[in-house]
Order: sequence, then structure tokens, then C-alpha cells
Amino acid sequence: MFALTGLLVAGHAATPREAPIVGSKDFTESIILGELLRLDASRQGLQLEHRRAMGGSAILWQALRVGSIDAYPEYTGTLTQELLPQLPHPVSIEALTQALSELGLAMSSPLGFEDRYALGVPEALAQRLDLHTISDLQAHPALRFALSNEFMSREDGWLGLRAAYGLSPVTVRGLDHSLAYHALGQDAADVTDVYTTDPEVDAEHIRLLDDDRNFFPSYQAVWLYRLESARRWPALESSMQALAGHVSLSAMRNLNAQVQLKRRPESTVAAQFLSTTSPREQGWGRRLAQRTREHLALVGVSLALALALGLPLGVVAAKAPRFGRAVLALTVVLQTIPSLAMLVFMIPLLGIGARPAIATLFLYSLLPIVRNTMVGLSSLPAELITSAASLGLPWQVQLLRIELPLAARTILAGISTAAVINVGTATLGALIGAGGYGEPILTGIRLNDVPLILEGALPAAVMALLVMGLFQWLEHLVTPRGLRLRIDA
Amino acid sequence: MFSLEHVSKRFGTFAALEDLTLEFPSGAVTAVIGSSGSGKSTILRLLLGLELPDAGLVRVDGVSVSAANRLAIRRRIGYVIQEGGLFPHLTVRDNLALLPRHLKWSRARIDARALELAELVEIPGSALTRFPLELSGGQRQRVAVMRALMTDPPALLLDEPLGALDPLVRFELQERLRQLFHVLGKTVVLVTHDLPEAAFIAPRLVLLRAGRVVQDGAAAELYERPADEFVRRFVAAYRPPPLPHSGVSP
Repeated sequence: MFALTGLLVAGHAATPREAPIVGSKDFTESIILGELLRLDASRQGLQLEHRRAMGGSAILWQALRVGSIDAYPEYTGTLTQELLPQLPHPVSIEALTQALSELGLAMSSPLGFEDRYALGVPEALAQRLDLHTISDLQAHPALRFALSNEFMSREDGWLGLRAAYGLSPVTVRGLDHSLAYHALGQDAADVTDVYTTDPEVDAEHIRLLDDDRNFFPSYQAVWLYRLESARRWPALESSMQALAGHVSLSAMRNLNAQVQLKRRPESTVAAQFLSTTSPREQGWGRRLAQRTREHLALVGVSLALALALGLPLGVVAAKAPRFGRAVLALTVVLQTIPSLAMLVFMIPLLGIGARPAIATLFLYSLLPIVRNTMVGLSSLPAELITSAASLGLPWQVQLLRIELPLAARTILAGISTAAVINVGTATLGALIGAGGYGEPILTGIRLNDVPLILEGALPAAVMALLVMGLFQWLEHLVTPRGLRLRIDA
Repeated sequence: MFSLEHVSKRFGTFAALEDLTLEFPSGAVTAVIGSSGSGKSTILRLLLGLELPDAGLVRVDGVSVSAANRLAIRRRIGYVIQEGGLFPHLTVRDNLALLPRHLKWSRARIDARALELAELVEIPGSALTRFPLELSGGQRQRVAVMRALMTDPPALLLDEPLGALDPLVRFELQERLRQLFHVLGKTVVLVTHDLPEAAFIAPRLVLLRAGRVVQDGAAAELYERPADEFVRRFVAAYRPPPLPHSGVSP
């Protein structure tokens, strides 16, 4: 298995890329920025690929460092707080640039807006109490705070903020971030934490209070990119610099609002901002066909690889029980690794895209195939084993002509289990840019758009059923008539 | 053809054979009898190299059976087990053809041999295209004997070949096997726990108890001159038919 993984890695490293790739994180703003870069580059004659919604900061950072992507939008605060925590605080721009260049990376000038935590108060209330800064809240301990759960538990959130400003409100409640605006709108709370670029800030008429003691770290949006990519594609760097300084806070909030509140596609919104024409949206049928091809490729290739390794392993495991137990234990351990974690492990090895997704699915497919092959072979009736051995046939002939056909049903059941699980798990491949049915599902979850979720979930369910049907038919085919007699009897 | 010299075989703590020395001359028909667990089947498994002895030597045609030569040895032996050991996923013909096909026999030669043997064991040629589960128990045993004889090996080992059959079929097949062994002139070792069956089929009986030979000779000797108390009881352990009705009501 490791030899095989090694092969895939070698294949990956050997592939030179034609066009640069920009990645984006799995939330609207990041995707819009990715689209902005793609469209601007295309205006300058550089066709670059945008891998949308690849995951969180850790995944994008990894992908950039190993060269799976060439650039992605990041925030300075994320760099100093999470990605390069070893730098002494407060971090200067010079120190940051220096640390990045040691990694072969660079950071563009700020895009022009900051996406960080802030405290928000309904505009009407703010006017009535004359609230402009966070310090102004000290005088009003009766204001009801409704804070998102994550913010409440973070040192750079409420824990630190309360100490820095000496706030001691009477009422502090935790709730989900998406509900905070509702709470304010329905007068169920007075103060909440927001992200500065949340579109609801405008839509719900929220006033953001000034961080007059500079408590919140700065989260300037910047491009992170690879130095060698900038050298190879000068147009990539010039596009990044062209956008720098031109995306203001209100512009970003407005772009987010177009996508999140008005449900318009990111590419359309980005194109409008650049006042270029949006690329024609693909028709529904073509989208489905392409996703089906991608999904089938993920499931099919991973299953074929798992068969190529799993069947022989299962046979050896059945013949050498001690080895069998070890192999089984290993595959069980693989099975316990959460799929998301497995995908993340794969990125440094295989980059992003279909390869790591296939490797992940391959590893998950091994257990049912190895186990069922082993069980199928080792639970054949003892008298048949004796009878087969006594004929004087070499072991290969015994295995192919007698043992495998007798165990075929059990083995096929294992393969079928692996295939059906793969159809489901392959939807997670979209997290790392592998495409397939997972793409609309992830986008749909992000936008809370149920029809879009169904556009991926329904075909995936249908494919799972079809795969199951296919295997039932195969099972009927491989079950020799002589065995069916017993089953019917 | 077969000899065991001071052979011992244990399975875990259970001693199947203890310092056993036995000879099965070429062309002779021998029945090995004894209770369950007396080591009868182990002898056959040792001769086939399905088990290797813990101590002593097992020889086939003078050659000591080892992991290296057991495939070749198995091809010189036909082996029939209780339920026949036919493979349910293969037709009768394919069951018969397993080894010949590997030995590169032509299809015509395989078919001719199969029909010849079908006649010998008195089974209709139409049974060749059937699956084992479509046959009666007696027919399955006949096919098992056919498979053992396909390549005309010099020896036949049979392990309770009639054990699972009803009395009428069993009675008929005992007759059939006795004739067959007589005609074929092969070295035959028949394992059974049924004394009358052994006495009917084989001129020489070997009685085992707990992995040791307690008596070795013609059937008549066992009945007339039992070697010890165990042999006497073994021989006597068959119920006579009921006495004629006495006419006395209870």
C-alpha cells in the first residue's frame, strides 16, 4: 500500500502545471476573492484555475506550501495568530515578509479591507445612547450581550476583550453566529460580535463600535503566493497587485451581500465588480454530466486500486492467519481516521484535486475487501479444503478453480460495501478540489441553499442505489448455478 | 506400497497415533477399523501428506512423504471422503476434470475416461452435466469414486465413504465397491467404523484403539481369536436380529 502511495506521489511531483492555480477557503468572501483574481488575470490574458472552497486555513496553507496551489487570499491576523505563531508579537510587516520569504512565499499589499471581529450595536440604539467606541459600553452595564459561542471562548475574543476594556455586563449569552443578527433585529439582545464584512451589518443596520484600545488583532486581507509562481507567471503577480488597495470594506460587504443574501453566483458578482462580462453559466444537464463523470472516476479508480491490493492481501491473510490479523488491524485503524483528517493528511503527499481523494477512498475501501476475502476463504467447509488439497493440484489452481469461486459471494459483498461507502465518502472530495457531487452540496451548505444541496445529494443517492443494484446483478452472475441450488433449496 | 514406521502424531494434547508401525502392500485391500478418535483417518491424512508425522517415517513406494514431494504423491492416490467432497460450484464433469485438465489431457480423453468410469460405477452418462446437489447421496459417492479413479492412480484411500448413506444404498454400494476393488487390483485402504462392512469388503482388517494397533489379520481371526477384551467387545457390539415372536402377551 505504501509502495502504491509512493507511486502516486512520484506521479504528482512529476506533473508540471500549465496554468497557475488560485485556491479559496470554504466561505463566500474567499471564493469571491478567488473569482476576482481569476477574472482579472483572464482580462490580462492569463488563464488561471480557481479551486473553490478547498477548506480551512490549514488546508490552503499546506496546499500553498507544497505547491498544489500558487496563491490564495489570506488575512494577516490568521498568519500571525495561527499559521506563523512562532513570530514575536506584535508582528511587524517586515518580520512577516521575512518569515514568508524563508518559506518561498510572499504577501501582496493589503486588498483594502479588514475582516476581523468587532462589536455591533443596532444603529437606533447606538444613536440613542451615543455609542461610538467599545469604551463607550463601560457606562452601560445593563446592555444585553449575545455572543457567538466561538467568540466567547477565545482569548482574542471575549475573554481578552472583557479584560482589556473592563467590561462587566449583567447579561451575556452564547448563541450561534448566524442567529446573532436575528437576536438583535428582534430586540432580544443589544450587543453582539460580528465579522466586519458580514453583509448583515448593512442589511440589519448595525453600527460597528471602534476598537479604540486596539484590542483586536488586524485581519487585513492580502494575497499569499509562491515566489516561484510569481516569477513564472508575471501576470499573476500584476493581477494581485492590481486588486490590492481596491477592495474597500463596504465593497466587500456588498459583494458578500450579493452572494449570501441575493443568492447570485460568485463569478457573476465578481465579474460585475470588475465590470467585465461573466462567463456563461453551464446548463444544468452539462453540470450534472460533468459531476457524474468526476464522481464515477473517484469511486471507480479508488475501487480498482483497492481491489488490486485488497484481494491478494485477503488471500494471503486467509492463508497466514497471523499476518491476516496484522493486516486486518491495520485496515481497521485506517477506517477509524475521520475522512476529513485523512484528506488533510493526503495534501502534503499528493497535493489537492482528485489524487488525494482517490488515495483516501482507496484506503477506506481496503477493509471491507480484505476482510471479506479473508473470511470468505477461511470459512469454506473443512471437507472441501481437504478434498481440494488431496487432488494434487498446485495451490494457484486450487485457489482459482475451487476456493475463490466458492467464496465469491462473500468477497463480492465486501466489494459492494466498499463501493457504496465510496459513493458517499467521495462527496467530501469536493473539500480538496476533487469535484464530483460534493461540490454543489458544500456550496449549498455554505449558502444554506437546500435546492443546491439536493443537486448533489440526490444524484449521489441515485448512484449509490445503482451501484448496489449493479453488484446484486454481478452477484447473481458469479454465483455458479450449482451453488444457487443450495440457496434456493 | 505404503508403510508407517514408528509414527506418532499429536493434535495439541491429543495423541492421534502412538508409535504406529503398519504396512499396506501393493495390490492389497485393507480395512482400518476402530472407534471414533482411534486414529483411523489420521493414517490416511499422513499417507496423503495432508499432515506430517511428529515422529517416525511415512513412506509411499519407499519414499518418505515430505512437503516437497506431496503434490506428486497425491497424484498417485485417489481419495474419497464421507460426503464425497465434490465441489458444489462445478458440474460432475468439471469435478472429474480438475486434475486431468491440469495435466493437459484433451477434452476428448477426459470425456472418454469419464464415460468409462460412469459405466464402471453404474451411473448414467447424463449425470455428468449435473451439479452435485442435483444428485442423490449414493450417486455423489459414486462420482467421488470416479474422480478418485480419473487418472488411474495405483492406490485408493477411502475415509468412511459410505458413512452418510441410508442402509439400502449402503448395502448396494458395499457390494459394488467389493467387486470394483477386486477388478481394479489397486492398493486400497478403507477406513470405516463398521465391522461387518470392513469384513465384507476387505480380506485384511486392522483394528485401532487410541492410536495403536490392537489386532491385525483376517476378519475371521477377529471373531474367533480376539487379541484382548477390547477386541472381543468390539466384535460383539452388534445387535442380533430380534427373536421370532414368542406369542406371549404382556
